[in-house]
Formats: sequence, C-alpha cells, structure tokens
Amino acid sequence: MNAPPLRIADFSFQSRLFVGTGKYLRNGEPDYELMRAALSASGCEVVTVAVRRERLIDQRGRSILDFLDLTQLTILPNTAGCFTADDAVRAARLGRELLEGAENPGARWVKLEVLADRQTLLPDPIETLRATETLVAEGFIVLAYSSDDPVLARRLRDAGAASVMPLGSPIGSGQGVLNPNNIRIILEQLKADDANYPVIVDAGVGTASDVTIAMELGADGVLLNTGIAGAKDPVLMAHAMRHALEAGFAAARAGRIPRRLYASASSPWDGLVHGAAK
Amino acid sequence: MGESIDICVNGEPRSIAAGSSVAMLLAEHGLHPQRVAVEVNERLVRRADFDAAVLCPRDRIEIVTLVGGG
Repeated sequence: MNAPPLRIADFSFQSRLFVGTGKYLRNGEPDYELMRAALSASGCEVVTVAVRRERLIDQRGRSILDFLDLTQLTILPNTAGCFTADDAVRAARLGRELLEGAENPGARWVKLEVLADRQTLLPDPIETLRATETLVAEGFIVLAYSSDDPVLARRLRDAGAASVMPLGSPIGSGQGVLNPNNIRIILEQLKADDANYPVIVDAGVGTASDVTIAMELGADGVLLNTGIAGAKDPVLMAHAMRHALEAGFAAARAGRIPRRLYASASSPWDGLVHGAAK
Repeated sequence: MGESIDICVNGEPRSIAAGSSVAMLLAEHGLHPQRVAVEVNERLVRRADFDAAVLCPRDRIEIVTLVGGG
C-alpha cells in the first residue's frame, strides 16, 4: 500500500526512518561495511553524520562518504557533541561546507543538537533555541533535537525550525518513549495550524516496538542510531526497525479501536445452540 | 630554506612556510579539499577561498571531516 511521503521543507522521502551512522566499531576502528549493510536493511533515505577533526577518528584515513551511496541518500549533518549555541552554529556551517563539497542535497539542512551535559545528553533548551534562531536566519533548514517538553517544542517551531524532534528518552538509553502523553501534546499543538508540520521522535529507541509506539502516537518519523548499531545483529535489527515503523505508521492511519474496560464479543450471541447467554 | 611560521592545526602545534595558503596546508597533509572543511580562528573559510587564504603566525586552524554519528 502506498504510504504518503514525509515532507520536511522541500525535502520528500518515502522512508520515515532516519538512521545514525555512529557506534559501528570493530577493534576501535569504524566498521563501515557493517554500517552500510545495516543502513541498507533499514531502507532509510536519510542518514545523519557528525563533524569531527580530520584523521582523529579513522587512523587509516578512510572517509565515511566512500561507504554511503551519495546518489541515493540525503546526508543530515548534525551538531552532536556541542554544548553551546555558538559551537553548534560553527558545526552546522562546517557540515554545510562538507556536504557542498560532496555535492549532496543535505548541505541545506542540519540536525541541531545542543546538549546540556555528558551524563544525560539532554538538550539544553535555551542554547538550542538560540542556535535555532541563528541558523534559521542563515538559511539553514533546522531539525531541532528537543526534550519532550511541549513548551520548548512550540518555541522551536515558532523560531522557524522546519521540524522539531522530541526525544523518546535519553540518547542511547534504549528506554523507548517514556512520556507518550507529552509526545501526544507536542503533536497536537505543533500540528494545530498545519497538520503536515513534521514531528520526528529522535533518540531513546531500544527495539522495534518503541518505533511502532512512536508512529502510533502520530509521529511523522523516527530517528535512531544506537538501537540498530548496538544490537547483537545490527542488520537484522535494522530490518525489524524498518517494518516496525511501517506497521506503526499504517496503524496510525488505519485508526485503532477505542480502549474499553469490558469485553466485546467477536461472535454473534444470536443462534447459540444452548440458548440464551448470561 | 624560506622562513617558517608557527601555527596550530587541530590543536597541535605545527610549522609551515611563511606565505602558505590553506590550500597548501591541505596539500602538505595529503587532504583533498572537497573532503574537508576548514576554519581559521573559528571562522569558516569557504572552499573557493582556500587558495587565497594565507596563513599568519599563531593562526588556529581546524580541519574537519564527516564521521559516523547519531
């Protein structure tokens, strides 16, 4: 069945699963072959990457770009690891320059992540808002990583973020969607004026059902990294995540039955051979 | 032997011939200009300006690339 595409600004994607490229390691070196296989199994069209000093990550000097199909994938540079708005803006500009060099359409957007501390990796709301304002003014399409606070989500949208990406739970924690009611409120409020305003649940996904739950709540997509990269079999988990997303998105559109306290029989009461029911 | 200047590249002290450009620094490190982005003193240098951007003593240069991340 044909699902509607996900639209963010003038980008349009059939796959609603955005996948990170971190944590694929073997003997302390990036395992780009495994990463490539997992990305392929996920069916994703968008992958996020980080900006780091040259030659400090891959001692062999290999580039991740050689392992990403740049004709098929839109690369989403992120500002992961930044703790101030100023650092995040620098990282965003560097990411844009790198993707212009790679001639990838991802040069026009950024996954803005401004963190508060290393232990929680929760977004710093004030710095995130400041960076959103600056980057929007510089013409970036900003996808803003947010806490699941509906007020912050609304402020980021109002500051011009093309998408707000509330967390399900802390990055890499695998706890799933901890506050579904907040996600519901965010979805309701951000889509009140524009039903197509994209909200993507980003971070905390531990397994396939977490993705399904996020989509059933009404999210437009899910961004995850550790849930796949950290699985025992990342390629199989990528396959599971892909289908979990499709199932959740289909269920959200199909419209679930209301929850009832008491049972509702599926077979008719009429015509029972032993007579009337209790 | 021409004069050399002291600069800082990705946090490490380095020496380079006076008058060197960003493009020359990249060539010296065997880096492809399309594959990196460069900041000098925390300001982005556009790729088109690599040849014209001449380095000065004590410049702090960041040469970055894309890596796996989430």
